[in-house]
Amino acid sequence: MEYFIQQLVNGITLGSIYGLIAIGYTMVYGIIGMINFAHGDIFMIGAFVALISFIIFGLTGVALPIILLLVLLIAMLFTACYGWTVEKLAYKPLRGSFRLAPLISALGMSIVLQNYVQVAQGARVKPMQPLISGGLEFFKNSEFIVTVSYLQIFIVILTIILMGIFTYLITKTDLGRAQRACEQDRTMTALLGINVDRTISITFIIGSSLASVAGMMFVLYYGVIDFYIGFLAGIKAFTAAVLGGIGSLPGAMLGGLLIGLIETFWAGYVSLEYKDVAAFSVLIVVLIFFPTGFLGKPDIEKV
Amino acid sequence: MEKKDIIQSFKDSLFTGLIALALFGPIVGLRTASKGEGLYITPQWGIVFLLVGLCIIGRFLINLNSARKTEITFFSKFTSKFSAITEDKAKHFAITAILFAIVFPFLPFTDRYFMDVAIMILTYIMLGWGLNIVVGLAGLLDLGYVAFYAVGAYSYALIATTFGWSFWICLPLAGVFAAFFGILLGFPVLRLRGDYLAIVTLGFGEIIRIILINWYEVTNGPDGITGIPRPSFFGLPFKRSPDEGETSFHLFFNLEYSTMHRIIFLYYLILVLALITNYFTLKIRKLPVGRAWEALREDEIACKSLGVNPTNTKLTAFAIGAMFGGFAGSFFATRQAFISPESFTFIESAIIVAIVVLGGMGSQTGVVLASIFLIGITEMFRDLEQYRMIAFGGAMVLIMVFKPKGILANRKPTILMHGDKK
Repeated sequence: MEYFIQQLVNGITLGSIYGLIAIGYTMVYGIIGMINFAHGDIFMIGAFVALISFIIFGLTGVALPIILLLVLLIAMLFTACYGWTVEKLAYKPLRGSFRLAPLISALGMSIVLQNYVQVAQGARVKPMQPLISGGLEFFKNSEFIVTVSYLQIFIVILTIILMGIFTYLITKTDLGRAQRACEQDRTMTALLGINVDRTISITFIIGSSLASVAGMMFVLYYGVIDFYIGFLAGIKAFTAAVLGGIGSLPGAMLGGLLIGLIETFWAGYVSLEYKDVAAFSVLIVVLIFFPTGFLGKPDIEKV
Repeated sequence: MEKKDIIQSFKDSLFTGLIALALFGPIVGLRTASKGEGLYITPQWGIVFLLVGLCIIGRFLINLNSARKTEITFFSKFTSKFSAITEDKAKHFAITAILFAIVFPFLPFTDRYFMDVAIMILTYIMLGWGLNIVVGLAGLLDLGYVAFYAVGAYSYALIATTFGWSFWICLPLAGVFAAFFGILLGFPVLRLRGDYLAIVTLGFGEIIRIILINWYEVTNGPDGITGIPRPSFFGLPFKRSPDEGETSFHLFFNLEYSTMHRIIFLYYLILVLALITNYFTLKIRKLPVGRAWEALREDEIACKSLGVNPTNTKLTAFAIGAMFGGFAGSFFATRQAFISPESFTFIESAIIVAIVVLGGMGSQTGVVLASIFLIGITEMFRDLEQYRMIAFGGAMVLIMVFKPKGILANRKPTILMHGDKK
């Protein structure tokens, strides 16, 4: 039982990270109907920017909460630039091209980003000393002590705050309305005087910033990153987006949580070596039997 | 051009520079390196300023000439002329290329290194042609093609090391196994939409790799399988001193022993395998099933209403593509005599997809040119290897932006309703 609770806590933490990345997939899919294959690598770049800024601020000796806030903002800003540029260079010229073109272009972009970081930062893994240590312990009398680290609490709370801001942004502001309108009908939205290109750019910026926050969490949580982390995390987050129903924002978060839990429990109870197989199998099974996910709308093909 | 325009484009270039600074500043400018325990940062501002400067100048030049449009027309004019030439002379080109490939091992400048590169290029040509059936003809983007390559290689290696059967028995078996896996995967997933299918095949490729790494009892895990038997020349092994009761190749033909014999044999082997793949593809394109593939690629709904069963039709394409992947895999295993899961990563799939995409999906000549270009050229510049994949990915993006149908856009229908109108 204690072991179960420990896995639950770990799973929720991991799920928060996946959920934040999944939002980027689901938003882009909702608005332009493409799988942004490079999104996982945007997350990886976010992790690198966060790592670099942690090192720089670590030398200055500023208080920890300020460092965290600054790193968060810096990572969001610089990663958003990447998301914006990728969209401008690789996806925008392809609107109206044949269906697989954006996917192939995104695949190319993903390869470029991965190898660019490898060349620029080196292929070795980058370890970082833990910044936030300690935690709360429960069930002290039992054999297995459940630990909830402060870092896990930080990750979950930060995710909840960001989700709150994000939900407000999408449901209550003009920007969010424009974004949802573009999702429903791009041509009509353009006719009504909304700058569709700008809205799509902003979608990419928001998605990338959320992914960069996930990147920062990843650096803090695992303490080690390399240029290849984006591939697996990207696939898992995409699975999360599909599981929750692609195009649905609460679905992405729900899917993220589920994937985090599935992966953690699989690793804890079934087999550690095959934990990535669990995520891939969920992806395949969901796509085949359950392509609308939990909160998605059925996708009807029209002539 | 007016002064206002110049100022405008200057401002625009400066903005580009600002963005470039934001992009390259942290990632390129602040290189992390581990020294002792922690990580330290080595600034590299020189490169950043160089890159930012290049971006500003490049953007400014593009704005000045509004070069973008002329560039596109120039580019597409060039490539369409090129593809027109290759199309007209397709037969001559093919025959010349095959003749060249046949005499290649005996040309005076051909040495061991050239032969190795040529074998590698031919392997990729074969893989490209195999994948072209799936991607080019049937229009199914398969990002896990390397899984079938791996299945072929491992089944060859396991059968050959366990039972000691000869290459010529194991090769078809490996192909059959790969095709079986193709059907196994294809059956449930082929009803999915194009982009979902791509992701699922990718997942399948990764699953196969993870299983290969972890299934110690059979695959020997990350250490791979060693001592895979080399192919023999119809029963004559390429050995300096054959075992008792055996005659080796050089003794039988009364030749001086040379390691090149085996290399040349391998070269012809892969050449023949690749040509079989090509011949098969060209023939099957004209059969009903081939026509159904191309029709499905163009319009699935129309096909359904005309009574084509999309799942079965796609399944044949998938299985046949997988089979050729399996053949190539067993060739790879016998050539290397050693295989490990490391040879079958996602990047390998991406390279094969890049070859097919750059060549122009569906174009057989395009695959050859793209393989020579991507594998051959990058092999020549080994020192720049780490930049190779950046160039690959960049080329994929550029092709999609400027010439989405590939350098050799050969998606001409194989049959037209009222004959070939010119």
